[in-house]
Amino acid sequence: MGKRVGLEVSFAASEAVRLANVDVIAAYPITPQTHIEFVPVESEHSAMSVCTGAAAVGARTFTCTSSQGLILMSEIVYCTAPMRLPVVMVLANRSLSNPISIWNDHTDVMSIRDCGWIQYFAENGQDVFDHVLISYRVGEDRDVMLPVIVNMDGFNLSHVIEPVELLDQETVDRFLPVFKPEVVLDPARPVTMGAIVLPTCYTETKKAQDEAVKASMPAILKIWKEFGDLTGRYYHPIEEYRTEGAEVLLVTMGGIGETAMWAVDQMREQGRSVGLLKIRLWRPFPFKEFRKVALKAKILVVVDRAVSYGGPGGPVASELRSALYDEPKRPHVVNFIAGLASRDVAPVDFIAMVDKAEGTLQKGMGPEYEIYGVRE
Amino acid sequence: MKKELEYKWTDFEKGYVIPEPGTSRDYHTGDWRSQRPIFDHERCIKCGVCWIFCPDSAIRFDNEGYAEADLTYCKGCGICARECLPGAITMVEEEG
Repeated sequence: MGKRVGLEVSFAASEAVRLANVDVIAAYPITPQTHIEFVPVESEHSAMSVCTGAAAVGARTFTCTSSQGLILMSEIVYCTAPMRLPVVMVLANRSLSNPISIWNDHTDVMSIRDCGWIQYFAENGQDVFDHVLISYRVGEDRDVMLPVIVNMDGFNLSHVIEPVELLDQETVDRFLPVFKPEVVLDPARPVTMGAIVLPTCYTETKKAQDEAVKASMPAILKIWKEFGDLTGRYYHPIEEYRTEGAEVLLVTMGGIGETAMWAVDQMREQGRSVGLLKIRLWRPFPFKEFRKVALKAKILVVVDRAVSYGGPGGPVASELRSALYDEPKRPHVVNFIAGLASRDVAPVDFIAMVDKAEGTLQKGMGPEYEIYGVRE
Repeated sequence: MKKELEYKWTDFEKGYVIPEPGTSRDYHTGDWRSQRPIFDHERCIKCGVCWIFCPDSAIRFDNEGYAEADLTYCKGCGICARECLPGAITMVEEEG
């Protein structure tokens, strides 16, 4: 088994990439992703093109980016998934311009929400390290064959030093076999990839893509179990913290979940009925697992880290509302948008959000959402 | 090969890979053209610049070496006419 070391989380990601015996890495440097090793290309658009092309000939590929870089590569990001090419990307989540911000929130990844990749949100350095390896195993599974994004909060995770238990090469090799896709681009056996599809068939291709992402869930669960048996670290699409009997559930995605645990501890000490629901897997969305936990609560306090301008609030809350809509007895969803551009979300802020949500419920339905802590 | 409208969503290869090579010849993608290039043999110097610039590989050469458009695939973009050095190509509206 591996050793436990203090490691900057970006380095933990690159260490996992090294252990995964990746064939092709193409990336373009952008803050806060710069600390991962890269082979230079002239842009992120080219980086994703290189990875997609290399995956098509059967290479294990890796890229990493952030914010504007993701937006620049997004044209190709949307091509990779329907072509069923299991590229792995670490995305150091950062705000989108304008105004320019290099700091952390989820506005970048939410802009490509519907790109068809498996999307996972890591919470700490160990989580990032583990999920680089898990992502290759999941993505390359013959029943899956999809690219995977491992989201890690920029700076708040990417630049902090955390204790990480590394795995040795032998263990990784046992968990992650050599990538052998069924079909590759090979002049000796010519095939066409990425062809045009006319309106007569496009609808059918999109149905197939939707089903492919949904069908990846059993493989993800199975591989998480296997990884847990190997390392003692078990992951779940929805994670609960002190939810037993809780009337109010905080809902988070990404690194702020760990801060929310502190807030829950404090509120539990005061005898308040508050727990925490953490969404780890964003696509495919774990509807069944989410409803199972959420339906026991009276209020969900959903903390979003992106804005849908002129829309229904934060992207996470609006999806959760939709996921609960058909339930006869559903919790009230109160949505706060917080932590934009790395603005601190401290335990005291989570407590304030819970206070406000409870007040809202007593007074009747509140506003759809609130941008938390904004100066007025 | 199966007709397009016979495909159910479960019928595709993974990633919509087309295992049989050369099937693009079955699709006549010039149907949506609104203009077509006309080639003037008096001016054409057989230089092949149109062939180089055509984004759809829709320029071919006749037996005498003059450039002509393969209207099965030509989308009528007009790049050949724009790039033609001696001005031998003009675009005309498709009728109907």
